[in-house]
Amino acid sequence: MKSAIAFWNILLKDMKNYYLKPPNISWGIIFPFAWMLMMFLRTKTAFNIEEVFPGIVGMSILFGTTSMLSVTITFERKARSFERLLLAPISIELLITAKIAGAILFGIFNSIVPVLFSVLYFKAIVANWAVLIIGIILLSIISTLLGLFISVSAKEVFEAQTYSNFFRFPMIFLCGLFIPVSALPLIIRPLSYVLPVTYGVDALHHAISENGFLPLSIDLTILVVSCFLLFFISIYNIRRKWII
Amino acid sequence: MTDKILEVQGLKKSYNGFVAVNGISFHVNRAEIFGFLGPNGAGKTTTINMLIGMAKISEGRIFYKGKDLTDNIKKAQEIIGVVPDESNLYNEMNGFDNLCFCGALYGLSKPGREEKAHRLLELFGLKDAAGKKFMAYSKGMKRKLTIAAALIHEPEILFLDEPTTGIDVASVRQIRNLIKELNENGTTIFLTTHYIEEAERLCNRVAFIDKGEIIQIDSVEQLIKASRETNIIEIHFEPVNNDKTRLLEKLNEKFPGIECVFKNDSAIKIVSANKIDIAPVVNYLSAEGLFIYEARLIKPSLEDAFVKATGIEIDLMKKEKEKK
Repeated sequence: MKSAIAFWNILLKDMKNYYLKPPNISWGIIFPFAWMLMMFLRTKTAFNIEEVFPGIVGMSILFGTTSMLSVTITFERKARSFERLLLAPISIELLITAKIAGAILFGIFNSIVPVLFSVLYFKAIVANWAVLIIGIILLSIISTLLGLFISVSAKEVFEAQTYSNFFRFPMIFLCGLFIPVSALPLIIRPLSYVLPVTYGVDALHHAISENGFLPLSIDLTILVVSCFLLFFISIYNIRRKWII
Repeated sequence: MTDKILEVQGLKKSYNGFVAVNGISFHVNRAEIFGFLGPNGAGKTTTINMLIGMAKISEGRIFYKGKDLTDNIKKAQEIIGVVPDESNLYNEMNGFDNLCFCGALYGLSKPGREEKAHRLLELFGLKDAAGKKFMAYSKGMKRKLTIAAALIHEPEILFLDEPTTGIDVASVRQIRNLIKELNENGTTIFLTTHYIEEAERLCNRVAFIDKGEIIQIDSVEQLIKASRETNIIEIHFEPVNNDKTRLLEKLNEKFPGIECVFKNDSAIKIVSANKIDIAPVVNYLSAEGLFIYEARLIKPSLEDAFVKATGIEIDLMKKEKEKK
């Protein structure tokens, strides 16, 4: 019960202090909207929404979660308020789960705008809503954990932002967000397979057009395994680097 | 139930070949104020960090309430309250919410933590600032709220790391009174400070630490008593521009039974194992061009015990700390 109270209040505090601030809410709306508009202007015609839908959803989640979590944790560490959390009689695993829960919810929120916009305005057809929801959740978790992985290495907020971009921008091209992995040169394709976001985007392709390049079961298995791996590697790094 | 709330055996911390804390052992009795004094880099904060679970232990054991919690400091965190040397609450939250959040981290229910937050705000004279954001607080207010936050779960032992450094005189007085009050109500206090007079006024027992080792540990009375055999006289004069080192050399040469040190620009401290014949010294200093207006016998203090044990001048230690 005590742990549940601590967990809920850490999550609530992060939501109030960071994620529900007007600039972040507007980011969650404007960013995906801008991407869709850019696609529309580029093609100057009604584009195939099913093709770009997974990319825009994936981008919105990836950019929202990675930067938010890495920046907020680095900011709290810099201000030393993170010490207060480490001093609480709760396990580091629970503390980190509470910290990432806010970013995961923020990622899911970021995906709502492009989903609604695509379905209601562009009349996109979702082949499997259950897979779409699972895909969005897993993609939010894996992107958040990438943010956590980055924040463990960053000492300053600007470092967290730089490292986030270092990871994110190549992912736009490597993870099948807008360029199918099958269309990438053979030499760089192994990189795509190493990045877990690739499998999240592929799961979204399955959900929308049933047109993934890997079987859905493989996508979901790799995503779940990657989530656990990233979580425990981050916990190990936190123990090693922050409690010296 | 044991009287020792905390016991440390052979605690050691080393990183990259540097030994920050070198196998120290001590204990803290229940409901006492235990002072941990030493210069910058002596190992005070490293020791505290090991005791509260913020630093890994290289060697040694830590016992809380008689239980070996070396490998499970998380368990000890339930009975620990920590006030770090810098305030670490949330700038964007107000005083009341900060306290409630800290209460929630210890699993306090909503009504429970709200009631305690109100009580602490009242006790620390921050009731009117309860709704103000932490970033808008003065340094003294920030420090008080940080102490209040460490008390929200009613810890049995409170670690205070330099609680009065860098804040206004009125807040210093208030915090010292609060520390006394808390202790009178049964809270054990582990205090690190570079203000020796603060330790002398507040602490029951004190440990002097330097270069990672405990030099001396005893009750304040015993430590002062040990210094009582020495005679100390302070001579005050108008500030001088003379070559101080040369003047001291000449003094020590001329009066071999005494030891002279400059306390500051306008005072010399004379220490001797025997009674000091002051007239020749004063005459000599006058002849050297000093305008002497006061000479007084000094009652040995904890400061003298500290200087005697560590060889470190307090003024130097304070300056180093303030520079930091």
